[in-house]
Amino acid sequence: MAASHKITVEGAGEATCYEGERALVAMERAQGFGRLKNLPYRLPVGCRRGGCGVCRVRVTAGEFKADPMSRAHISEADEAAGLVLSCAIYPLSDIELRIEPPHFVKKAKTAATESQETA
Amino acid sequence: MAMTGVLRPGFAQVRVLDMEKSLDHYIKRIGMHHVTTGTDGRVYLKCGDEFDHHSLVLRKADHAGIDAFAFKVASEADLDSFEKRVIAYGYPVDHVAAGEQPGLGRRIGWTLSSGHRIELYAHADLSDPKPMIHNPDVWTVEPHGMGARRMDHCLLYGPDIEKTLDFFEKVLDFKCAERVDMPDGLLAIWMSCGMKAHDIAFVKHPEPGKLHHVSFELESWADVGHAGDIITRYDISVDIGPTRHGITRGQTIYFFDPSGNRCEVFAGGYTYYPDSPTRTWDETQIGKGIFYYERQLNAAFLSVVT
Ligand code: FES
Ligand SMILES: [Fe+2]
Repeated sequence: MAASHKITVEGAGEATCYEGERALVAMERAQGFGRLKNLPYRLPVGCRRGGCGVCRVRVTAGEFKADPMSRAHISEADEAAGLVLSCAIYPLSDIELRIEPPHFVKKAKTAATESQETA
Repeated sequence: MAMTGVLRPGFAQVRVLDMEKSLDHYIKRIGMHHVTTGTDGRVYLKCGDEFDHHSLVLRKADHAGIDAFAFKVASEADLDSFEKRVIAYGYPVDHVAAGEQPGLGRRIGWTLSSGHRIELYAHADLSDPKPMIHNPDVWTVEPHGMGARRMDHCLLYGPDIEKTLDFFEKVLDFKCAERVDMPDGLLAIWMSCGMKAHDIAFVKHPEPGKLHHVSFELESWADVGHAGDIITRYDISVDIGPTRHGITRGQTIYFFDPSGNRCEVFAGGYTYYPDSPTRTWDETQIGKGIFYYERQLNAAFLSVVT
């Protein structure tokens, strides 16, 4: 079996994350096995591909590599402060994290301002 | 029935974080074809059963979602008359020159109060592969991947959908095939410009301009099953399905592209006639309306968008 790292989910429990696996996927499996038993709600899971923002966490310790994450949800400042989308990170060591779901209503750019970027 | 005015969905322009992975997803897995890549890096794709130049535009960006959803209208004269009607309704209209997207004529565009940009155009060049027109075989190039036949519709999330319903009915001559009314008001609308159960749909959502899914049509329920096999074989992130919608009756799978934009492949759905009464759903049966077999919404349906 592939090498693995431990994800400690603050206040909830632990997950085993195999080499090359998304942290969120490991946490989903751990929830299925009852290993995140102190999580007071269902683990927020959306697209699993760094686009929707619902899986946001703050990494407080450990190393990981990351795929591109939607800047609508994680700014460069957020990222520098350890805020990431857990579906877009791949642990490289044991890591510790805190689940910090976003609030959904915020000032979004509209489609109109977007498409001007292409003109 | 005579088809005039807005004919059908034309293209969706979708933002992606990683172009290479996105091309694998839409071409190898969903089964689209690469038409051309623009000088600005946007990539133009089509399905094998579509005549027109392209039906999906991918634009690399730092966040996911939808730039615009466009419809093809029957004539240049329609474009002019819709421009007047949209302006009269109160939305400022802008013009996009012919060729801004390769293969397309001039477009007009505006932003709905839901935050979404809608565009209309009358001309599209043809591109290959396309259906044969003389002694036609069932396909020109053998279908691959999920075998998507056409880009079919989208579901958009944003505020103020009462106004959006009013606008599509009064200005673009759409009909409302189905709607969901909750105790606190209108939640969702499925609207048709032709004889499909829907060409565009909206769900009420506090944040403007969001994408729920872009949908591709498959030939049969068996093809939906095959799409499910592909989703697992290639570890594509799945949302729900194979299942069925009570609303529109489509047999469906929801899954995500490599940037987190939701895609749907579906088969079936009823024929909508312009004199069909609007089908209505209420809070007690909304679960069955959205997912007919599960009979409840999943956690992602109302909250996961790009
Ligand atoms: S689940 Fe969508 S960004 Fe992670
Ligand atoms: Fe759909």
